[in-house]
Amino acid sequence: MTPRIELSGVRKSFGSNVVLDGVDLSAAPGEVVTLIGASGSGKTTLLRCVNLLEPVDDGRILLDGTDIAAVGVDPNPVRRRVGIVFQSFNLFPHMSVERNVTLALTEVLGQPATEAREAARAMLGRLGLADKAGAYPDQLSGGQQQRTAIARALALNPEVLLLDEVTSALDPELVGEVLDVVRELRGSGITMLIATHEMGFAREISDRVCFLAGGTVVESGPPSQVFGAPSDPRTRQFLARVIASGRLDP
Amino acid sequence: MPRLVEAFWLDVRIFMWTTPCIVAGALLLAVARSTRAPALFPVRLAAIAYIDVMRGVPVILWIYLIGFGVPGLGMERPWNSPLLWGSVALGMTYSAYVAEVFRAGIESVHESQRAAARSLGLSGAQAMRFVILPQAVRRVVPPLMNDLVSLQKDVALVSLIGPIEILRQAGIDKAKFANFTPYVGAALVFLAVTIPLTRFADHLLARERVRTGGSRVR
Ligand SMILES: Nc1ncnc2c1ncn2[C@@H]1O[C@H](COP(=O)(O)OP(=O)(O)OP(=O)(O)O)[C@@H](O)[C@H]1O
Ligand SMILES: [Mg+2]
Repeated sequence: MTPRIELSGVRKSFGSNVVLDGVDLSAAPGEVVTLIGASGSGKTTLLRCVNLLEPVDDGRILLDGTDIAAVGVDPNPVRRRVGIVFQSFNLFPHMSVERNVTLALTEVLGQPATEAREAARAMLGRLGLADKAGAYPDQLSGGQQQRTAIARALALNPEVLLLDEVTSALDPELVGEVLDVVRELRGSGITMLIATHEMGFAREISDRVCFLAGGTVVESGPPSQVFGAPSDPRTRQFLARVIASGRLDP
Repeated sequence: MPRLVEAFWLDVRIFMWTTPCIVAGALLLAVARSTRAPALFPVRLAAIAYIDVMRGVPVILWIYLIGFGVPGLGMERPWNSPLLWGSVALGMTYSAYVAEVFRAGIESVHESQRAAARSLGLSGAQAMRFVILPQAVRRVVPPLMNDLVSLQKDVALVSLIGPIEILRQAGIDKAKFANFTPYVGAALVFLAVTIPLTRFADHLLARERVRTGGSRVR
């Protein structure tokens, strides 16, 4: 089966700082792949490259077999199929929750306003935000804002969803409600690429875990293997530090 | 006194028709200057050149240059009116100043807003129209009001060039300038308009601060 998304030899530098140095990674349709790695290891950069927010220096990113990182590819149709949720939500503060969700439906997909509104209401209901449609982002809790951001990305019905540390800007008591949403999405057929520092969550939700270090995927496998019997010394070192800091039960 | 009122009414009319032109022109210039596509480099360059030139020369000079210069090219009535071309000059210069205000607003909108808009498949132009500009304009309303207060004063420069032309032709009656009463009267009329306008700008600024509260982290 063709992978839904496949990266091969992806390189990306900022000036002399080589962040991605030949990343190979793939996700089958409906698969949940988490990216773990130290801060600065390039998880955010990798997700931004897949959404075409950052141009890659080299390598290929295949979406259903088509290279979307090639020169001359129109990014807008790709972005309709590949949604991204940011660490800091990035909701549009001057728009209501509902308008945040309908904007791309009316302006990108060209849906009539009433149809878009119905779709937005349905999506917001699904994420437990039915009563917040008319609210503005600054009237919401962090968890509600992040769920709105997820609703906004999901409304376009993307095949791939990129989640960049969607809980790290949240107070601890709000983390659960957002992770619940991601759990719900698992198995709905959507392919997810999740960058996270929540190791317990990664272990629970992933079909596959990829450990990123030195600009490449150092280790990749089912969570039982990566967390239980890591083969690469760098992975072991990283996990030892994570366990020592209390972020993962051994 | 009726002549003072008449002159002021003229000012108001000039203000009324230049303001929308200035706001529209300034928005266009600011957006042109904020474009990013490499292909639009000439557009960017033209906007920068225009803004720099218009702002590099005092407003009064533009009013004289264009207000007297263009009618002097031998146009027919009503196109030879210094009042008309003086107002055009005012609009052209103020568009450049106000464009810079809008641009500051555009740049104050965090890059992540643009990223969020583009990530949803919106084009660069759509991101500007639906996401960046509405936030930018909201933020610059107070400084914009200040510019409109200045405009209200500079309109007087335009309404002066008509009478000056007449005075010049008739031979200047120096004795008239010894009487300051009309000037004091004019100053009072201006203050009656500019002070409420300034207070209104302050009010908007305060309201914006309350509305956005402490939740903004940028
Ligand atoms: N726009 C940019 N310009 C310059 N350098 C950048 C830019 N974005 C990221 N970097 C650099 O790229 C490297 C990887 O950053 P990235 O944000 O991808 O890491 P990360 O794995 O997401 O880290 P974290 O876990 O802290 O979120 C860092 O060294 C960072 O300084
Ligand atoms: Mg990151």
